[in-house]
Amino acid sequence: MKNYWHSVVLEKDYCTGCTHCLDRCPTQAIRIVEGKAQIIEERCIDCGECLRVCPYHAKGALVSNLDILKNYKYTVALPAVSFYGQFPEEYAMNTIYNGLLDLGFDEVYDTAHAAELLSVYESEVLDKEKLNKPLISTYCPVITRLIQIKYPALIDNIIKLEAPMEISARHVRKRLISEGYNDADIGIIYITPCPAKVTSIKDPIGINKSNIDEAVSTEEIYYKIMKIIDKIVPSKQIQTATGKGIGWARVGGQSYAMGIEDYIAVDGIDEVIKVLESMELGKLSSLDFFEGYACVNGCVGGPLNVENTFIGKNRIRKLTKLYGMDEPITIDIDLIPENMEWYTPIEPMPIFKLDKDFKVALEKMAKIEEFTQMLPGINCGACGAPNCRVLAEDVVNGFARIENCIFLNKNRGW
Amino acid sequence: MKSYYKNDENVAMKLHYDVVRDDFSRAGEASSKIKMMLRQLAIDANIQRRIAIATYEAEINLVIHSYGGSIDVFIKPDCIEVYIEDVGPGIENVERAMSKGFSTATNVAREMGFGAGMGLPNMEKVCDTFVIESTLNVGTQIKMVVNY
Repeated sequence: MKNYWHSVVLEKDYCTGCTHCLDRCPTQAIRIVEGKAQIIEERCIDCGECLRVCPYHAKGALVSNLDILKNYKYTVALPAVSFYGQFPEEYAMNTIYNGLLDLGFDEVYDTAHAAELLSVYESEVLDKEKLNKPLISTYCPVITRLIQIKYPALIDNIIKLEAPMEISARHVRKRLISEGYNDADIGIIYITPCPAKVTSIKDPIGINKSNIDEAVSTEEIYYKIMKIIDKIVPSKQIQTATGKGIGWARVGGQSYAMGIEDYIAVDGIDEVIKVLESMELGKLSSLDFFEGYACVNGCVGGPLNVENTFIGKNRIRKLTKLYGMDEPITIDIDLIPENMEWYTPIEPMPIFKLDKDFKVALEKMAKIEEFTQMLPGINCGACGAPNCRVLAEDVVNGFARIENCIFLNKNRGW
Repeated sequence: MKSYYKNDENVAMKLHYDVVRDDFSRAGEASSKIKMMLRQLAIDANIQRRIAIATYEAEINLVIHSYGGSIDVFIKPDCIEVYIEDVGPGIENVERAMSKGFSTATNVAREMGFGAGMGLPNMEKVCDTFVIESTLNVGTQIKMVVNY
């Protein structure tokens, strides 16, 4: 069995066993067992919905903190594209990037520039090849994982391109090694808006190993920058992206940068699920491209960001204008598959299957139906499962007992 | 000419759903339940998808055109069979109904985004065997088989 690495974790001390997260989880990966939430690892897609709704902040994301800088001889910061939308508008992005140097990084690479290069490459791929339409963006890793576990028939629609952070990291690492640095001495650190990207670094899809070493949260960096912000003296020109790259931080920015006509850009995991359902039915084959985001408003809405998502979105819109949507893009990374694409296949992960053996699966299914009929169907969550049917499944799989249902208990007078 | 009959032999599991006419807000629920079950049974992804399309289109047709009907799914060791039966106006010209883009859907249905005239052609396209029989003013019966 594959070991799953997850960024979303539960801090048990804070969990009260309330059922807020149960119902929010799009893959039904949470159960309350003995008064505490538990995450079923193989089901979790690291979307961070539970993290967002937990009233007790008992859900966290495994990220590193800035102390890790001392583990490397040369460190490079890769701020997420949505980092652009986090700071008050009076501070220029180049100043903030220079502030990262003050925090101890040796170099900062503008990930939004990698995003715009990817836009150029991506639109070439789209024009050139007869691929399954609509092509599905891999930018939000939650959506790729959701397709692996729930919509395997759509795997062939996924456009197997790397994320801007990974393109940046590949490029920077190659350059540093050619300049004489030891691979092990280089620390490439992503500043992340969400737990899903951390998982993409530790347990990537489409590649064997990420070129990024660690991830720290936008939150941590934000507060450290704000403390020194008035003292930053910009010494270097680090900011290089045009509006096309910066736009990737919000919904639709990717498609816009690529200049596609027939696309839809969808945000919020529930809405994405609805669209994938239709796509599986072949309803959307007139579209060329689909970008979906687990978070409302896209990456600016990431749970590890600081700024209100709508404010962030508005700032990104203004910044795309400021840095120019029609400015020429400097092609300083070769637009070849080696730099831009995934090289390992995307495997389906059919976690919902009841059994490998078809006959056993059928028997289990019959029992699930039987138990579901017995249960009250009000999906209260008091048993610890998100709804009655899931409890029935858990009972049949031996993970729970039907007596966990408080209504059945009441009726039997236990 | 293949004729419509329900083949009860070797059925490993039967699913049955009733579909109510004009209930647009629930249209698609039965087919989505069927899909979830096939997913749990670890039926091949492509077959899941074909059955999902077949049952979804049929369900929409029942909602739009029939006076009410049912979907039966027989899961067998070598194939999945879907039986659609309704009470309704029947189809006047089956051959014409099977052609792409032909639709008799009402304006109400079209306003809801249905009635593009692709339902029956799509159903036929995704299955290995497709049988349709219709009697005017009585109803329509469809059998669809997808082999593993």
